[in-house]
Amino acid sequence: MNMNATLILQMIAMLVFVWFCMKFIWPPLLKATDERRAKIADGLAASDRAEKALADANQEVEEQIKVARDKAHEIVEQANQRHSQILDQAKDDAVGERQRQVAAGEAEITQSANQAREELRATVASLAVLGARQILEKEVDEDAHRELLDKLIAEI
Amino acid sequence: MASGSEALTSGEYIQHHLQNLTFGQHADGSWGIAHGAAEAAEMGFWAFHVDTLAWSLILGFSFYIMFRRIAKQANSGVPTRFQAMIESIVEFVDTSVKESFHGTSRLIAPLALTLFVWIFFMNLMDLIPVDVLPFVATSAGIPYQKVVPTTDVNATMGMAIAVFILIIFYSIRSKGVKGFLAELVFNPLNPQQLGMPKVVWPFVMAFNFLLEIVSLLAKPVSLGLRLFGNMYAGELIFILIALIFTAGSGFVGAGLSSLFGEHIPAWFWILATATVFTTLWMNMKGALDNKKTLWLLLAELFLIGGLAFVGGQLMHFGWAVFHILIITLQAFIFMMLSIVYLSMAQTHH
Repeated sequence: MNMNATLILQMIAMLVFVWFCMKFIWPPLLKATDERRAKIADGLAASDRAEKALADANQEVEEQIKVARDKAHEIVEQANQRHSQILDQAKDDAVGERQRQVAAGEAEITQSANQAREELRATVASLAVLGARQILEKEVDEDAHRELLDKLIAEI
Repeated sequence: MASGSEALTSGEYIQHHLQNLTFGQHADGSWGIAHGAAEAAEMGFWAFHVDTLAWSLILGFSFYIMFRRIAKQANSGVPTRFQAMIESIVEFVDTSVKESFHGTSRLIAPLALTLFVWIFFMNLMDLIPVDVLPFVATSAGIPYQKVVPTTDVNATMGMAIAVFILIIFYSIRSKGVKGFLAELVFNPLNPQQLGMPKVVWPFVMAFNFLLEIVSLLAKPVSLGLRLFGNMYAGELIFILIALIFTAGSGFVGAGLSSLFGEHIPAWFWILATATVFTTLWMNMKGALDNKKTLWLLLAELFLIGGLAFVGGQLMHFGWAVFHILIITLQAFIFMMLSIVYLSMAQTHH
């Protein structure tokens, strides 16, 4: 229990251990922890930045989707318009074609009728002459009675 | 079960445990190991406590090797678990120093770390059952062994005086020799500021010097003797508890004595220890659940030494648990006080 020179040796031992610690333990350990702290701080900052970038990108994507959707809408609208345009045009064309066909048919019919009428007229003239000749039992001078005949034909 | 064959009285048992292994000059002029407290006292100042020094150095080097290994492999990558533990201790000390030490010094933080871990290790020796290492030493022919260096006033005061030297060094470094001396004599009553006549100055200064010297010397004493007192008392309580269960006078314990005579043979203790260890081992391997383990342990302890033995074990356990707090706290207080004293030393009053 007495105080003795152990005191001095313990003192020296302590100072040596403190020196060891100061020289070989403290600096590398503190450097490592400080570096790790910096690294972690960087990592956190980077993740913050990435989060922000992600949010920005999301917003941009949304905007682009919106634009695309508008565009698609517009295109559909245009297509619809064009569709009705084409339909109208086709309808118009068809109507025109029909009218044209009808007109052509009518013209043909008129022509045929006229022709038939001409033929009939000629036939009637000759029949009339024939008939009159039979009635009169004499030759009818066609040239002499041309005026009469034409009058008759016109009446038919 | 203190030292095997010799039967010791309680007083002798305690004395044996509190005696350091002292190396010094005998009265006849030869150098050697002291046998007994009286012989150690005769050796005077120039004697050494071999056990204290050896354990201090062993523990100091354990600290150094442990931390150095981590310091060498330390990098900013992902740390191993052990590295994380070491780094958290370093971080803890670093924070304490930053909070308490106002100023810059490359020395303070490593000093604090060394003090904290080293003193903690030395205190930790207290948790090794009090008889184990002395028993081993006695078996190896070493008469005395006090394994907790911090229960030796020389070790604690040695560290405290080293800190004290640093306190004076820091005072002189920041204030100069003149400033340091001026602080001693012009505090707390400054005759100049109080406008006292020159005649009374020497008296005021002498009064100041007296006060300041006391407060200065109180620093190493508060450091060293507080640690010593706490650890010494803790150690003593462990020894007393050990005494209680060595008496082992429960009704089965008494039966043991009548079975084996005065000395219970060594194989019985080895068998008993092995049984306890097997029980704990089986619990760790999952072969026994916790409740069964506890009852089995109680039964085994009871069979080994009777009721007093069980009581002694429980007290030992309880005090050890409490002591874990004490040893950590004492190491921390020694560190914090050193930091605060050094911080005070280099600030101007």
